[in-house]
Amino acid sequence: MEAPLLEVRGLRTSFFTDDGEIPAVDGVDFSAREGEVLGIVGESGCGKSVTSLSIMGLLPKGIGKVVGGEIWFKGENLVEASERRMKQIRGNEIAMIFQEPMTSLNPLFTIGDQLVEAIRLHTKIRKKEARARAAEMLKLVGLPRAEQMLDEYPHQLSGGMRQRVMIAMAMACQPALLIADEPTTALDVTIQAQILALMKELNRTFGTAIMMITHDLGVVAEICDRVIVMYAGQIVEEGSVQAIFRRPQHPYTAGLIRSIPDIRGKKERLYSIPGQVPKPGSVRCGCRFAERCEYVFDRCRQEDPQLYETGEQGHRTRCFLALEKGGGVDERPVARSERA
Amino acid sequence: MAELARTPATPPTAIEEERTVSLWGEAWQRFRKNKIALVGTGIVLFFIMIAILAPWLAPYDYKEQQLAERLQPPSSEHWFGTDDFGRDIFSRVIYGARISLWVGFFSVLGSIVVGSLLGIIAGYYGRWIDGVISRLFDIMLAFPSILLAIGIVAVLGPSLQNALIAIAVINVPNFGRLIRSRVLSIKQEEYIMAAKAIGMSDWRILFHHILPNSLAPIIVQGTLAIATAIIEAAALGFLGLGAQPPNPEWGKMLSDAKDFLTQAPWTMIFPGLAIMLTVLGFNLMGDGLRDALDPRMKS
Repeated sequence: MEAPLLEVRGLRTSFFTDDGEIPAVDGVDFSAREGEVLGIVGESGCGKSVTSLSIMGLLPKGIGKVVGGEIWFKGENLVEASERRMKQIRGNEIAMIFQEPMTSLNPLFTIGDQLVEAIRLHTKIRKKEARARAAEMLKLVGLPRAEQMLDEYPHQLSGGMRQRVMIAMAMACQPALLIADEPTTALDVTIQAQILALMKELNRTFGTAIMMITHDLGVVAEICDRVIVMYAGQIVEEGSVQAIFRRPQHPYTAGLIRSIPDIRGKKERLYSIPGQVPKPGSVRCGCRFAERCEYVFDRCRQEDPQLYETGEQGHRTRCFLALEKGGGVDERPVARSERA
Repeated sequence: MAELARTPATPPTAIEEERTVSLWGEAWQRFRKNKIALVGTGIVLFFIMIAILAPWLAPYDYKEQQLAERLQPPSSEHWFGTDDFGRDIFSRVIYGARISLWVGFFSVLGSIVVGSLLGIIAGYYGRWIDGVISRLFDIMLAFPSILLAIGIVAVLGPSLQNALIAIAVINVPNFGRLIRSRVLSIKQEEYIMAAKAIGMSDWRILFHHILPNSLAPIIVQGTLAIATAIIEAAALGFLGLGAQPPNPEWGKMLSDAKDFLTQAPWTMIFPGLAIMLTVLGFNLMGDGLRDALDPRMKS
């Protein structure tokens, strides 16, 4: 098998604050192949955004730092790459789009100015050619009257249109990897679907791998090939979208899936996982999900679970239950008597 | 019902025909509607015209002494009267506009350039660089500004040019802190992160994104600072630390006139009025610019 496009090995990223070191990402391993759409799911504060910023080398200076692990991209370890090299990679080979399309564009300049600037950062072409390229990109992301839009200011566009502009900007240099940090969270539901469809289309047309960071399992189901579920700075489950939705192996994943509102369901209350995400660094020993888990037993509090193979191709879970035989979490006997 | 059948993909023409207006264009629209600001701008333009056209407007040479006509009251010959050397005050006030505006513009320009640079560096890089620059500003602001200016002129020697430098220096912390705070807030904006994510360099981000977005408060503060700079220049002139005779600096004219206040009040009234009017003009214009450029600040 050929080497993956991106391979993250044992990544540990910490924030250094007045209260000491806070491990936001604590030993994360995963990889993304060329042309793959990889979803990273988790609650706020689980380390999914920090993982992406670590890859981009955009952690806040002096506060966040990669303290361990390697990030291999096209045979190059980005953790050790110079800032100069990272500037060449950013936007050119790895691009990123953000959650807030309303504020992701500079309000003082026209859409054209900003696209031309982005294009000319990495390709040495003349302004006129860059402008033609910019118009082409706008058409590509499904914006009508692209020529006219080049002379418009961000405040004249809607949120969905701006997100399309951001995608155009990110795709301008045809990066091999596009990191999308909650690209649809701030958008209307109807627009969300359009943006996702657009991203999927770009993925198919150009073979750009997408790392889709989201807390919305609906987004994952829509466009991802593979999913990583993160919890408290660790990967708790990894597998194909089908495997994770049909047979979730980790109680946290199962809980997330159960909390999706079902239009057919007649449940009065929506399921929610009890408790809160533990503060980074506060769990000293045992499974980090133990306090909120309904299947918890003694071993969970004493030993750190590893990522165990579930028997299915590429499906791994960080849960002792997987060591026992059987199907998904939901079919297991509930060990309520052992709860503390 | 035909209207209802229209899909959202083809918006009504009204939207299509909306004019493309930049933020600056919008600000200009707001400024134009502000009558008081326009009056202020009128006054400022009036004095600028006077300064430019001084040699053609002034009936006499500003240093021409006619000792026979000392301390003459205003007349058809000498509109604003004459001073104790028999010089025409009207001509001196006209030439004085050149000096005051020159000092006002260039001292503020100097403060803006130096202050912006320091403020940007402090705000963008933060940490110890910010600590050093901010403490420097704090120290400078701990002195009453005119005292600091007097100190600087005392070191450099009294002259108009040194007064200008002193005024520029004392205003640096005001601009520095203003820019620093703007940079700190703009730095958090997502478009800065987005710019970094496409591989833009720090300097490009500073000068292409952060500085243009800080321009509005700089312009407002700059206009208002010209007003104070003119007063400070007059104060230094009054103390004999600014323009030297026979230069017709308005503050210097006031101080020369103070001995004849009772016999010849016109020697003091006209330069005083000139100072008041220019400062008023810049203040009104500055207030108008603030309302136009930052509508949220308007009470």
